[in-house]
Amino acid sequence: MVKLLIKDGIRLDGRKPDELRKIKIEAGVLHRADGSCYLEWGENKILAAVYGPREALPRHIQDSTKAIVNARYNMASFSVEERKRPGPDRRSIEISKVTSEALEGVIFTELFPRTMIDVCIEVLNAEAGTRCAGITAAAVALADAGIPMKDLPVACAAGKVDGTVVLDLTSGEDKEGEADLPVAIAPRTEEILLMQMDGHMTYKEFEEALELALKGCKKVHELQREALLNKYKDFEV
Amino acid sequence: MRKIVLPGSEVGDAKSKLPGKGTFKEGDKIYASRLGILSEKGRYINVIPLSGVYDPNSGDNVIGVVEEVYRNAWIIDINAPYPAFLSAENVPWKIAYGETLKYLKVGDVIIAMISSVDEARNIDLSMKCKACRKVEDGIIIEIQPSKVPRVIGKNSSMLATLKKYTNCWIFVGQNGRIWIKGEDENVNLLIKAIRKIEDEAHTFGLTERIIKMLGG
Repeated sequence: MVKLLIKDGIRLDGRKPDELRKIKIEAGVLHRADGSCYLEWGENKILAAVYGPREALPRHIQDSTKAIVNARYNMASFSVEERKRPGPDRRSIEISKVTSEALEGVIFTELFPRTMIDVCIEVLNAEAGTRCAGITAAAVALADAGIPMKDLPVACAAGKVDGTVVLDLTSGEDKEGEADLPVAIAPRTEEILLMQMDGHMTYKEFEEALELALKGCKKVHELQREALLNKYKDFEV
Repeated sequence: MRKIVLPGSEVGDAKSKLPGKGTFKEGDKIYASRLGILSEKGRYINVIPLSGVYDPNSGDNVIGVVEEVYRNAWIIDINAPYPAFLSAENVPWKIAYGETLKYLKVGDVIIAMISSVDEARNIDLSMKCKACRKVEDGIIIEIQPSKVPRVIGKNSSMLATLKKYTNCWIFVGQNGRIWIKGEDENVNLLIKAIRKIEDEAHTFGLTERIIKMLGG
């Protein structure tokens, strides 16, 4: 078996079990989009853009009671070590779907009937935890686009590696570890917007991992707020 | 100091205040629903948006582009998430059925007023107002709709400044489209000034800087 923990609970990249990777968020980076965000999370590099609300076309997809949230998660062919065949595959279609549903949970869709809100999440460089990073970036882009929301959603993963529950798995830990648990929440109410699990954990370990993920989400949320306020900092002369 | 709030930020107590624009109530608290500047007016707490698409309201004067021509109506693009409807009955010309194409064709630009917006967000336009007309000359530029109030200024102060120093004809549509007419040189200067206003919309003392830029 591959050893993933150096002694005293320090991980291969030198982090403690409850430590996040380095995160950098910047809001409003694309001029042609209504809202955008660039995010670096460890080695993950993600661009998110929001368009709309705009008229939903073709007309048969319109919903006369609410807006459609249409997220599109896409990995660049150069984002992984081995060249990825471009275009949507089984995995990215699934992530697009769960991301759309997570974001729909916080957006006041009923304010914009018959419209569509497009969220494009482009993964430029991937290193485990891209769906969490994607949702985090999309949330910042949505706020930047001025879309009314109940809360600023945020996501973070926890998992189990070498018998220990850890926060924010790296690529190696994800592949060789025992379990991965990505969680997206609305941080104000702690309402869960997305939760998936890959691998096996006992009930107790699951509870521990969930709590750790929630803690991680709260930390990332602070960075999201900082990034958005930073965009308008210069204006407050 | 103006306070910038984010979606989900707590902005007040629902017991003593009422939720206004850009906010919502949950339990005993009022929260912001969008990114913007916090403002209190009487008992209402509002969030003035810093970004976002044009939200059509009845009574707004807008600049629209004809998208489709029917036999007794036109569909107008007014830069909103919804297309707007202009009936042949609501234009200043007397039109016989089927003669709509003689007056407005696809691509024509008009100034119109929003006469009504219903719950299903069907927008009706009217061209029976003072400012309403077909735009035949000059140029149209687009800015972010959230920056329109700043281009107009308090009691149209910014608009008056722009007109005074550039000698241009300016009409600002609430939907973020601006119609400009004047000498080429002045128009170029004016566009630069408007872009500056758009970029620095949230700073203080902007009018003074614009006057300086325009050589006042």
